[in-house]
Amino acid sequence: MSDYRRQWNREDELPVYLAKPISTGPNQRHKSHGMFSSVEGAYDSKTIDFDQYSVGRKGNRSSRSSSRERIVDGDFEAYEISGGTISSPEPHPFTECEAETVQKALLSVVSERLLIKGGRVVNDDQSLYADVYVEDGIIKQVGENLIVPGGVKVIEANGCMVIPGGIDVNTCLHKPYLGTPPVDDFYQGTKAALAGGTTMIIDHVTPQPGDSLLEAFEKWQEAADKKSCCDYSLHVDIPHWHEGVKEELEQLVQEKGINSFQVFMAYKGLFQMPDSQLYEAFSFLKELGAVVLVHAENGDLIAQEQSKILGMGITGPEGHPLSRPEELEAEAVFRTVTLGNRVNCPVYITKVMSKSAADTVANARKKGSVVFGEPITASLATDGSHYWSKNWAKAAAYVTSPPLSPDPTTPDHLHSLLACGDLQVVGSGHCAYSTSQKAIGKDNFTLIPEGTNGVEERMGFVWDKAVAMGKMDENQFVAVTSTNAAKIFNLYPRKGRIAVGSDADIVIWDSDKIKTITAKAQQSALEYNIFEGMECRGGPAYVVSQGRIVFEEGKLQVQQGTGRFISRKPFPDIAYQRIKYRNKVMSKQGVSRGMYDGPVYDVPVTPKYITPAPSAKTSPTTHQPPPIRNLHQSNFSLSGAQIDDNIPRRSGHRIVAPPGGRSNITSLG
Amino acid sequence: MAERRLLPQDDDQGSLLSRLGTDSPKPRVKFGGMFCNIEGAFENKTLNFESYSPTSARRNPRGRVDDQRDNFSDTSSMSDFSSVSQTAPCRMQPTPSCSSQGQTLVYPTGPGRAAQNGRRESDKLIIKGGKIVNDDQSFYADIYIEDGTIKQIGENLIVPTGVKTVDAYGHIVIPGGIDVNTCLQAPHLGMTPADDFYHGTRAALAGGTTMIIDHVVPEPGSSLLAAYDQWRDTADKRSCCDYSLHIDITRWHDGLFEELESLVKDKGVNSFLIYMAYKDQYQSSDTQIYEMFSAMRELGAIAQVHAENGDIIEEEQKKLLDLGITGPEGHVLSHPEEVETEAVYRAITIAKQANCPLYITKVMSKPAADVIAKARKKGMVIYGEPIAAGLGTDGSHYWSKNWAKAAAFVMSPPLSPDTSTPDYLSSLLSCGDLQVTASAHCTFTTAQKAVGKDNFTFIPEGTNGIEERMSIVWDKAVATGKMDENDFVAVTSTNAAKIFNLYPRKGRIAVGSDADIVIWNTKETKIFSAKSHNLTVEVNIFEGMECRGFPVVVISQGRIILEDGNLNVTEGSGRFIPRKAYPDFVYKRIKARGRMADARGVPRGNYDGPVHDVISMTKSVPATPTTRGPSCPGKTPVGPARNLHQSGFTLSGTQMDDHIPRRTAQRIVAPPGGHSNIASLS
Repeated sequence: MSDYRRQWNREDELPVYLAKPISTGPNQRHKSHGMFSSVEGAYDSKTIDFDQYSVGRKGNRSSRSSSRERIVDGDFEAYEISGGTISSPEPHPFTECEAETVQKALLSVVSERLLIKGGRVVNDDQSLYADVYVEDGIIKQVGENLIVPGGVKVIEANGCMVIPGGIDVNTCLHKPYLGTPPVDDFYQGTKAALAGGTTMIIDHVTPQPGDSLLEAFEKWQEAADKKSCCDYSLHVDIPHWHEGVKEELEQLVQEKGINSFQVFMAYKGLFQMPDSQLYEAFSFLKELGAVVLVHAENGDLIAQEQSKILGMGITGPEGHPLSRPEELEAEAVFRTVTLGNRVNCPVYITKVMSKSAADTVANARKKGSVVFGEPITASLATDGSHYWSKNWAKAAAYVTSPPLSPDPTTPDHLHSLLACGDLQVVGSGHCAYSTSQKAIGKDNFTLIPEGTNGVEERMGFVWDKAVAMGKMDENQFVAVTSTNAAKIFNLYPRKGRIAVGSDADIVIWDSDKIKTITAKAQQSALEYNIFEGMECRGGPAYVVSQGRIVFEEGKLQVQQGTGRFISRKPFPDIAYQRIKYRNKVMSKQGVSRGMYDGPVYDVPVTPKYITPAPSAKTSPTTHQPPPIRNLHQSNFSLSGAQIDDNIPRRSGHRIVAPPGGRSNITSLG
Repeated sequence: MAERRLLPQDDDQGSLLSRLGTDSPKPRVKFGGMFCNIEGAFENKTLNFESYSPTSARRNPRGRVDDQRDNFSDTSSMSDFSSVSQTAPCRMQPTPSCSSQGQTLVYPTGPGRAAQNGRRESDKLIIKGGKIVNDDQSFYADIYIEDGTIKQIGENLIVPTGVKTVDAYGHIVIPGGIDVNTCLQAPHLGMTPADDFYHGTRAALAGGTTMIIDHVVPEPGSSLLAAYDQWRDTADKRSCCDYSLHIDITRWHDGLFEELESLVKDKGVNSFLIYMAYKDQYQSSDTQIYEMFSAMRELGAIAQVHAENGDIIEEEQKKLLDLGITGPEGHVLSHPEEVETEAVYRAITIAKQANCPLYITKVMSKPAADVIAKARKKGMVIYGEPIAAGLGTDGSHYWSKNWAKAAAFVMSPPLSPDTSTPDYLSSLLSCGDLQVTASAHCTFTTAQKAVGKDNFTFIPEGTNGIEERMSIVWDKAVATGKMDENDFVAVTSTNAAKIFNLYPRKGRIAVGSDADIVIWNTKETKIFSAKSHNLTVEVNIFEGMECRGFPVVVISQGRIILEDGNLNVTEGSGRFIPRKAYPDFVYKRIKARGRMADARGVPRGNYDGPVHDVISMTKSVPATPTTRGPSCPGKTPVGPARNLHQSGFTLSGTQMDDHIPRRTAQRIVAPPGGHSNIASLS
């Protein structure tokens, strides 16, 4: 992996303007084969969607050694354990209690009680040698010489790292493109996630403009509840800002356990919001205590560039990065930060793909802005030179927005910023469309559905390129792959930490494992992999999700529908504590002065200039009569009684006793 | 000669000594507050009515009429100075007709003598003994001026007899200042500025500025050409010094391209201002800005940008008014620095996409200046213009208890409340990160400002500075040792002349250049006050400020305008200076980049794999990503016959690859394996 990069000219010293990103030819990346032609067996091990409906034929599947049927909502549905060797039936997770009593009897020892011996427990703050005892999906004890009941399944970690399971905060497993869903749905996607050491995902709910957010949320939740193999939560994208959205947002935050919403600065004419709407959205979401995710690209300019490039006759995938140069990303990030500062609202930049955008985030943080940046697997492991591939299908596979930067030094730079804390979270941006879906845009690059794979490779590449290269240590690795995400999205310490009381989402990480990424061996249903042929050091040896071993010695045993929806409360401390204090300090005061009593010029009665604004940025909402609830006059206090005090705490939320012993608060469930 | 040899020492000593004590902060206001106790502020103003009484011509004893008002090629047709004394009174006759504006200075109080004096001064002058300072070097030489042009430079010049000698011993001789940002006629909320072309240019000359470039602000939707004609008309009648015009594009639509073209090609305008602020009034969207930039690059014009995010400002204004803040402090609170910085950043991004040179007017804050400096380091063709107010004072006054004083400072972008801003801006100016100083002079009387006494959004925006500009730069940058005298010339005139294609006619003391010359006293100080300034407003935002360096003699068009503290201006003597497109200083790099930056697609075979069947293509109309394409009404590629983005923008002859359309800034190289011969692309 590192050797191909050496072939590039080190052009990063040149001014960006003068640097010609594609001054050298595309490198020969593929060690073994090409990406598409020669991955013969890519389909073999795939579990394709319709498979699950053919209950009777599931015996065909060679690798499965055990299977059982499970009752979900009165339907018989197959789940499968691919390549597994577990002989005892698996318990059903606690989320669905109707089956629980039945399953108590069948409880497998393996799943319920687990001792991880001889590993080095790595959290984001420290590493220590300790054993971990897991019961009922919860970490019950951490320490040496634990006293555990008999009959416990023991995993020998043999000095390997024991880390909190990864959290992938950016996936799109149910985002339709022109009505067709991605090939990796919640089942395929979470399966791939678990195989890569990720035990929780946060997926994007992507309603179309005009759709109800609540309905879309319910649709996503339903699909995920049926299919997801690991715990999940949901971000909700706001496709269009209007007054009616506010109520839905309030409901989502206070009743549905959503604390993060995405807004778009790109996709002109579709999702894009002008600055005044963004300002309103930020203000409102701040009142709710939500984290604002921003897709940062300047949509106006992209639209201009796209029409220009199509006009020039460039229709292939190279038009995609050409029409979305990285300056447009950096500009939008800068604008987001400005808006965030003005509103005093935490912002989270999804998909930081270029050096300049990452630098903008880093600079803003240095100036004190509450801003978080999320590079994704693709931007950390590969670059945008592939858009110029002669193979259309390969080039199209890399199409995502913002695009991968053609600058080959980008992955290194992003890793460095990640290591020093300027970027905080690693997502995957996993949104897998098959080549035939991508081919919808074969004559027009703007129609190519956007998205790359990466949910499975995410943790591995961070290890390979950052830890194994000496850029970050294992604790930082844990921070960027799970802890920071858990903190920002208010899952901590339930997720993102190995501590007594936390969920038993644990990965035993083998730092010496070397794997060559190939579409043939991947869990995703895609027939290609954008990382095809890359070698990756580090990978999970065991993955424990909800207290059950789901990945062991290269074999994956997952169960469709076991994933629970994890609700998240608003006002995450890591984002909102500073905001809270700043709010107190930053109140503005006028100057009290005597009335001006001098002469006043007589203004000729030119009526105040009200024109139908020429600007495309005019928000229809700005001209509406002021709402009854005036955000700017509210006091925004977090202390004292809250509006949702009357709502009992969600059962899914557990508060762990701090290391200093349990406090005596008895009101917590 | 011996005398002159001594002079440098004097000069050095003087300037060395003069630096002492400048580090200590000066009390800003020496005698009292700004308004209450400037008793005589109105006394020696040239108010309009005053000019009707002939006795008051005391201030302008040598009124003359310029005979080359419409003569752009200034060096010719001036052979008639022998007969001038006879003809001059005759030429004066038409001018009272222009005095319908309420100003006249040509009442025949001793016309013969005045005309003779004037004529002799204007035609032949020798400046002796000064140190000539250009932006690149300083040297001692005499200057001989004839017919409004510099004819000879050197020592022991052979000149005709009867030449008036101007003594410049001990002073520096610099090109007259160029103030590239004034608004002497642009109405604001229906009010015209208090200082019109006459008062404004008069003050400019008093401060050592011999040329201004004024902003034409058409009503949104109206014709640019009509507005241009209107401005020309007024300025020709009223202006006392040479001038040129920027045109503000207050509302962009495709039809304007023709007007821009005719302005650039026939009218001598090469710079246009675009607004990112003033929402629902002048503000343009990113799409429109991109289109304008593309149009300007094609025409070889310079895009100026008023950089503030109007969307955020409007939201902040609403918020502040809701909070009950209505005073002038609301102005600065609703225009925070970040909003300026953001817009500068965005403007740079768009300009880079369009490969268009960019000029940011009124750089008022540290972060905005930093963004410009950084962009320049990355190779952008971008210029930044701090203004006199930004260099001389700061935004702390917005919180003044005196409403009128606070309101006097209202302008956009506002002065930064950060008191270290002036120092910082002058540092960047010194190191070349910012290039031009202007004044953004746009004055309103207190009564006019008071229109917004209950709502800061109605306060007309603008400050003075046209007269103080050069002195402030000298005092803040040269006297403190940040820049040398050559840099001073560069930032006050030469850079502006280069950027706006006036060089070397303006902005340089060289044979053949216009005789716009200032003799600058570097040693003594002067105190700004509303009492003594040459403006009509009763407010001066620099009230009480003591500045080192001021002009002792100002020569404009070869005539002495200021001498011994007497200002003799002639209304209507200012000529319009047309400016050509494609200034070299700006466009050389752009041209080279335009040639370099060709984009080519990748030739590949047709994709012949399976294509997913899109069922709901028609059903989900809002979701169709084709709407990502141009949805701006003015942007349909079918409509206009002339599509800017498809035009070639070739600046140099035919190219080898002319058949391939171009794009800027990205280059796609054929892969090392060579082009495949699949011809099916595109």
